[in-house]
Amino acid sequence: MNIAVCVKQIPDPAALYELDSENHWVIRPNDQVLDDTDRFGIEIGLQLAEESEGTVTLFSMGPSGSLQGIRQALAMGADKAVLIDDEILKGSDALTTAQILSAAIAKEGFDLVVAGMESTDGYTGTVPQMMSEILDVPCLSFARNVEVEDGNVTIERQTASGYEVVSAKLPALLAVTAGVVEPRYPTFKGIMQAKSKPVDTLTASDLGVEPHIGQTISSVTDVEARASGTVIEDEGEAYLKIVETLEQAKVI
Amino acid sequence: MTAWVFAEEIEGSPSEGSLELLSKARSHGDVTVFYVGDGSDASWTTLGNHGATKVYHLDPGDSLPSAPAAASLADLLESDGGEVVLFGAGNTDRDVAGRLAARLGKPLVAGAIDIDATDGISVTSEILGGTKAVATAITAASPALVATRPKAFAAEAVGGSAPEVVSVPVPDVGRSGAVIVERHVEASVGPDLEAAAVVVSGGRGLGSAEGFEMVDELARLLEGAVGGTRAVVDAGWVPYSYQVGQTGKTVKPNVYIACAISGAMQHVVGMKGSSTIIAINKDPDAPIFAIADLGIVGDVHTVVPQLIGALKERA
Repeated sequence: MNIAVCVKQIPDPAALYELDSENHWVIRPNDQVLDDTDRFGIEIGLQLAEESEGTVTLFSMGPSGSLQGIRQALAMGADKAVLIDDEILKGSDALTTAQILSAAIAKEGFDLVVAGMESTDGYTGTVPQMMSEILDVPCLSFARNVEVEDGNVTIERQTASGYEVVSAKLPALLAVTAGVVEPRYPTFKGIMQAKSKPVDTLTASDLGVEPHIGQTISSVTDVEARASGTVIEDEGEAYLKIVETLEQAKVI
Repeated sequence: MTAWVFAEEIEGSPSEGSLELLSKARSHGDVTVFYVGDGSDASWTTLGNHGATKVYHLDPGDSLPSAPAAASLADLLESDGGEVVLFGAGNTDRDVAGRLAARLGKPLVAGAIDIDATDGISVTSEILGGTKAVATAITAASPALVATRPKAFAAEAVGGSAPEVVSVPVPDVGRSGAVIVERHVEASVGPDLEAAAVVVSGGRGLGSAEGFEMVDELARLLEGAVGGTRAVVDAGWVPYSYQVGQTGKTVKPNVYIACAISGAMQHVVGMKGSSTIIAINKDPDAPIFAIADLGIVGDVHTVVPQLIGALKERA
């Protein structure tokens, strides 16, 4: 099975994000890291590839930088990566991102696309659904417990009140939430091999996609911060302050 | 102008999110609802009560609704027109919104907390943990597609009359189709996280899944709901349905108690609307203290059991 996994390099989430004062985009350092939520999709892709003697190809759009995040994903065991890095794609909206990734995946060919539900740094949370429409495949979203058998994929899809079992024919797209599997740690061998695995770089024009411009940011303003209250050091009786606050709020 | 609202049926009624959207949409004129589910007279009455003037009803049966709903909605928008289509934050809302945007080749602005239609459509959303507000002007031709955050607007019945209801056929979506084989309702213990007056949440600082037991007990004593951060959900200590934050639920309880939660942007955005925030954390520099009404710098493993003891004595 030919499995495409979408991944993203993001600025280290432990650091404070800064916005460019002119265009309001997140400033991206040269060394970006693999978005942690992508590890779940990679793990599912690797497991399904192992079952079917298939391959896992990573697809990513954004500035290559040092490729640190891509190498982290390759180190888990993916076979190769396709990266779309193009100056004209800076500040792209979700639809352009979906069009670019879909075009790159369609070009390579696929049986299954795996994506995280949303990135940690951008979180519009709609790119996988857009991709499924562009690729004309079912969108198995909010997926866990994925099984592939006889050309069919079956998942449990989380719903507002529980879950539903959803089944579809391949080719299909899976959008997974964090926590669905235990992502593997890269081995030393994996880390060494990742350094020499192929990373193809493409531009928007290679894929024949024009960036989509249908929205403009008119302003970015600071939100009035919530006034901070009292902070006290616990010296054994701080819980009494909590009891007092609960009384004032009339919940006890 | 005409605004459209997407409504998914949840346990026999229009989703709470769709009723919130109706509050906003009706201020702009006529409101057409695209309703996905079995449908019932009670549902139509509820929608009319909240301001819907017309309802298109798609009953997808055992088909996964996302692809057929997007196809049907695209056709209706083309024939009826409409300036704006509003979606909530529900799973099916997001699936349909994404597919529709790609189908129409139009941008989708997500995470909206306000929408202004006085001069074109302008959408306000919050980014970076709710510290910055972004105003986005939609320049593409209508309809503007907007997905909102939960509880951006308050649902309010205004006693409107029954809407006109039109059934629409389920379109054939070819290889984009999927089938729902089974449906499972998972009974949750205690009050609903999004509606509870008290929410007690735990973070990674609890140390282990066992450490979460005191969070459960404290919530029980306060008749509140239990929540968690993405870190503890990723670690598998609690299910995803407990997650509070950007990628989980938005809560606005009377009292929010954050136990061993550092206050990452992703979490804060889902709870900063709480009336009173109480935070307990070992690290005096934890960002959660910047938004807490009462911050306790201390060990949850000491403070929470003491609090539980004190509450038990009062009972």
